[in-house]
Formats: sequence, structure tokens, C-alpha cells
Amino acid sequence: MSAMIEIKDISKWYGSFQVLTHCTTQVAKGEVVVVCGPSGSGKSTLIKCVNGLEPFQQGEVRVDGISVGAKNTNLPKLRARIGMVFQNFELFPHLSVTENLTLAQIKVLRRPREDAIEKGLKLLDRVGLKEHASKFPGQLSGGQQQRVAIARALAMDPIAMLFDEPTSALDPEMINEVLDVMVALAKEGMTMMVVTHEMGFARKVAHRVIFMDKGEIVEDAMKEDFFGKPRSERAAQFLSKILHH
Amino acid sequence: MSSGYDFEVIERAAPYLFREGMTFTLTLTGLAMLGGVIFGTLLAMMRLSRFPLLGLPAGLYVNLMRSVPLVLVIFWFYFLVPYIGAWIIGASQPVQVGAFLSCVITFTLFEAAYYCEIMRAGIQSIPRGQVAAGQALGLNYWQTMGKIVLPQAFRNMTPVLLTQTIILFQDTSLVYVISVTDFLGAAAKIANRDYRLVEMYTFAAAVYFVTSLSLSYIVKRLQAKMAIIR
Repeated sequence: MSAMIEIKDISKWYGSFQVLTHCTTQVAKGEVVVVCGPSGSGKSTLIKCVNGLEPFQQGEVRVDGISVGAKNTNLPKLRARIGMVFQNFELFPHLSVTENLTLAQIKVLRRPREDAIEKGLKLLDRVGLKEHASKFPGQLSGGQQQRVAIARALAMDPIAMLFDEPTSALDPEMINEVLDVMVALAKEGMTMMVVTHEMGFARKVAHRVIFMDKGEIVEDAMKEDFFGKPRSERAAQFLSKILHH
Repeated sequence: MSSGYDFEVIERAAPYLFREGMTFTLTLTGLAMLGGVIFGTLLAMMRLSRFPLLGLPAGLYVNLMRSVPLVLVIFWFYFLVPYIGAWIIGASQPVQVGAFLSCVITFTLFEAAYYCEIMRAGIQSIPRGQVAAGQALGLNYWQTMGKIVLPQAFRNMTPVLLTQTIILFQDTSLVYVISVTDFLGAAAKIANRDYRLVEMYTFAAAVYFVTSLSLSYIVKRLQAKMAIIR
């Protein structure tokens, strides 16, 4: 399998505080990788390095063979091919759902407006929100907003999807509607890197699980190995804390 | 001259005051607002950029404009603009600018400093995540600004921008120092010609008062309405 996302020995500092320490991993085409770990462990920072939203000082990240940190890389162009879903949805509140879905298609991919709308509505239907097309984000629930955000990312025909704690800001009863969309996506063979605490999701669709602590990748294992018997003490502790209640 | 408050003087002067004076005042206010908001927004973007080469000059400009009395700026520009114009186009003679254009340029440049600070607060009020979401979709800096940040910033700041415009509307009366006939200038002319200072100046004050008050009432209504939308 060829690596879609390659993270090679990256380190990052905020001033003198090191947030990432020699992180190395990769995500193959069609692979679903879940990144977990305690808060402040650097998992969100790591995933944001993949599309260059967070700069890093050392190491290299390649997506589809293109170096993210290189000076001559057209970052907007590369980002347009990587979908990202945020913890706080980040829909554009001044635009309708349809406009949210079509803005980047029209402005970045230069798709004709009608094609963009057709594509957007098709994806909106797919996340089960067809009848909300003309509403504004503020009129939707958190779970609905996050599904629109996923559709917005998918409208760009991404080669990979990044999820940064997509369910952490949601009320418990809305988590599943978002996870269902993500599970369906994973089963279709989308390349996914997912920062989440939802171990049920990891068990169901992940191929690999990465465990981070204090800016380091402590464990990078196949799902069965990770949940069966984690090698590190810290990962075992983390698992027992979030699974036993 | 005659004693007592003469309303007829006002009645006779009103057409002239509004046709000549108020037209000038409103045109100047409108153009200076438009130019000031556009230039001010650019200044705000410069001040917020991570390049010191853009941020420092913009900061210097804003602080300079905000620390100098407006009357002085009007004076200076009236005398300087012809020479600056000549320097820009490389002419050997000072460019004939005219009082009106000189006023528009002066007020645009002066008010831009104030609009800049308003827009800076407006841009900063937009969560970082909005910018990140735009970038993640592949939008470049100008697209992110133009389609995501600025529309929201303008909407959040509309009441404050309009309040600043009310101040601008009053400040335009300072053009009297270069003998331009704005609303107050027109009133002053009649006041001196007919020796009706009390009537003309109270009338002028009343017009400024009513206009500004109704505008700020509209702003307040707008503010309440926008609070519901958000």
C-alpha cells in the first residue's frame, strides 16, 4: 500500500515549549487511523500539521507525495484536496447551508455554480439534511451543523479526510448521527485520520490506532493489538480510564 | 437692526442652505465614509498582518492621524495636496485640486484612521477557526478575507461604523477654515450678510442636532435587530 499521508520525524515548539517531539507515522490510501490520547498531548496539533494549518519547525509531512512544509508548495491548492472537519464545525454563519457547500467549489475548484450546487445538494442528501439547504447554520443543531461540515469537505472530492475531535463539542444524543456518517465514509474506503475519544468508532472502523502523550507518539499499532494488549503502560492506563465506566 | 427672533429669515434662507450647503455636507460625508471605510479596512488588514513591513507603517499612520487635530490636517492638506499631486504625476507645477476634492481626500485619509481601528476590532472578533476553515478548503488569503472574515466583521461592526459616520457628519463643518460652503458655511454667510447670527446659528445647530439624533436612533434600532439575527 502506498502512503497517502507521511509524517516523518516532525517536531514543533511554541516558544520554548515543545508540543510535538519526533512524531513519525503514515496513513495508507484507504486506511482509517484513529489518533487518541489525553488532552494536551498534541494530537490536534499533529493533525493540523498535515494540511499546514499549524507550521512545524522540524521534519517533513507529505500528502500524496507533496511536501506540506516546502516553500514552493502551493498550500491552498494542496489543502483543497484534503478535507478537514473541526471540533467547532466552523460553518460560515453568514452563508446559507448551500452557500457553505458551494463557496470553495466555485472559488477554488472553479466549478460552474450549477454543478457546485448539484454536487452540494447531493452530499447534503447523503448526510440526511436535504430539506435544510436554504437554512443558515445558526438554525441547525450541533449534530446537523457537523454533518453539513462533513458534506462541505466532501464536496471538494478530497483524497483524504482529517477529523479534529468531530464529536467533542456535541451533545451526547447527537454524537451518533455524526459517527454514522463517518462510519459510512470509512466503509467506502476513504482515507481518514481521526482525532477522537470515541473508542467505539475506533473499534468499528479503524485499521490502526495511534496513542499520543506529551507530544510523542507512544503507540502506533493495529487496532486489534492496541485494544488487546497495549505495549505501553501509559496507553494501558488511558484505555482503562476511558473504557471502564 | 430689528429685534426679536425672525423666523422669516430662516424660511427665506432654507432653500439656499439645503441646496448648496447640505448637499455639500452630505456628499462629503458619503464619499469620505466610503473612501475611509475602504482605506481603513486595508489599513486594518495591514496592522493585523504578520509582516512588520506592512504592520508598522500602518500603525504609524493611524497613530499620527489620531494624534493631530482635524483642523490642522484640513489646513495642511489644502496646501500640500497640490504639491503631493504634482510629485505623484511628476508635474513641475502644483496640481489644481480644488477645495471640494481636497476636502474629500483629507477626510478620507483622516477618517480612515478611525475606521481602521473599528475594522481591526471587527476582524479580531471573528474566531480563528473561521479562518482555519477557509484555509482548509483551499481558499487563499484574499478569498478568506473577502468571503469569510470581512463580511462577518462588517456585519458585527455596522453600528460602530455608522456611529463614527455621525461624528464625521458633524466634523465636516470644520471645512470652514478653508472657506468652503458647507451647511454651516452657508448659514454663516447668510448670518453675516443679513446680520442674523442668532437665527442662522440656532437653525444650523437644530439641523445638525435633529439629523445626528435620528441617525443614532436608526443605529440603535439596527443594533437591536442585528442582535436577534445573531
